[in-house]
Amino acid sequence: MNRRNPAVDLALVAGFAALIATVAILPDIKTGVGVPFSLQTFGVLLAGACLGPVRGFLAVCLYLAGGAIGLPIFSGGASGLGHFTGPTAGYLVAFPLAAALCGLIVWRARRRRTDFTLVFTAGLLSSFLFIHTLGPLNLAWRADLGLKEAFLIDTQFFPGDILKNLVMALVATSVHRAFPDLLARPAVSEERETSAA
Amino acid sequence: MAVNLLGAYQPGTTLLHRMPAGWKLVALAVLSLLTVVLRSAATSGAVLALAVLLLVVARARPATVFGNVRGLLIVLALLAAYQSWQRGPEHAFTVVGALAALVLLATVLTITTSVDELLDTITAALQPFRRIGVDPERVALAFALMIRGVPTTLEIASETRQAALGRGLDRNPRAYLTPMVIRVVAHARATGEALHARGISDDRSDPTD
Repeated sequence: MNRRNPAVDLALVAGFAALIATVAILPDIKTGVGVPFSLQTFGVLLAGACLGPVRGFLAVCLYLAGGAIGLPIFSGGASGLGHFTGPTAGYLVAFPLAAALCGLIVWRARRRRTDFTLVFTAGLLSSFLFIHTLGPLNLAWRADLGLKEAFLIDTQFFPGDILKNLVMALVATSVHRAFPDLLARPAVSEERETSAA
Repeated sequence: MAVNLLGAYQPGTTLLHRMPAGWKLVALAVLSLLTVVLRSAATSGAVLALAVLLLVVARARPATVFGNVRGLLIVLALLAAYQSWQRGPEHAFTVVGALAALVLLATVLTITTSVDELLDTITAALQPFRRIGVDPERVALAFALMIRGVPTTLEIASETRQAALGRGLDRNPRAYLTPMVIRVVAHARATGEALHARGISDDRSDPTD
């Protein structure tokens, strides 16, 4: 990945952690269909799609750690370690993994221009591979539900998730258009040694 | 929108406030493990009683407690109803009582421990990992930048929303999300350049952590 300036990398990781916090606590994000819901997962996958696997993963981890130590930045302004001991903890644990996978796919498969379909597919795939597996699995385990029941409960998030991935892909492609060097291409990642002088 | 950056912390001088954060974290981990290993109505009752007792000792304000875990408590209430209907109230108490107890115990920690103290604990706990390239100072700096970044980003969010409203595009999430994220990236880059110019966070170890 682009290693020109570690301080910028650090600031981007912190910036996206703050961005996820912001979209998670904004009370009434309108989604265009009249149903307001939290854009937490939008922020999580966006961090991956914009920053790539490593920085995306770290940004989401930083966000979760911030919420864990008591900053009121989880959905709806909640906070605390209780969210990691509760039945919904599986979703939180899945977030950084989903961001990393989404970032990896976008970073690897990118051509000259970041393609909307690619980002949307990467986001959706990451959601279903991690968020909609670890979430209900932990729910089944901690809430003592059957697997079938837990996965059924989880399906209520599908429509919102597909919508959020659409918006995420639109925003991520615009961001890459505005900052073409945000993600270095794998091919040039090795040659670009730090020229910090 | 005002965000209380102190989080859920309530300053105080109770026994629980004075206890080192590391101990509280370890105690929470041990109790979590216990409820998983010893799954019974008795365990749930005992841990729940302990949680309530500690909340009283910590002089936790009920409003603060509920404010931080409202969503979780709603989930737990639904779960309790469902489990009672499916397998009887005792089973429901075993499962949901344990979860509620853990949520409340974690809230005790959140209420009695300041964000600063927890940050120091994290930084101290990361020291042994220096050898594999983790730099605790960089982690602390990342936390500081994020904490500082939340109000800034909220401001950017409300400005871009106002701008979208002005263009009559408030129903279109793209109209304010895209400019908002682009401004966040630009701001982060400027911050990074400024840190770099001051020689902060220079390249000594793995740059991303």
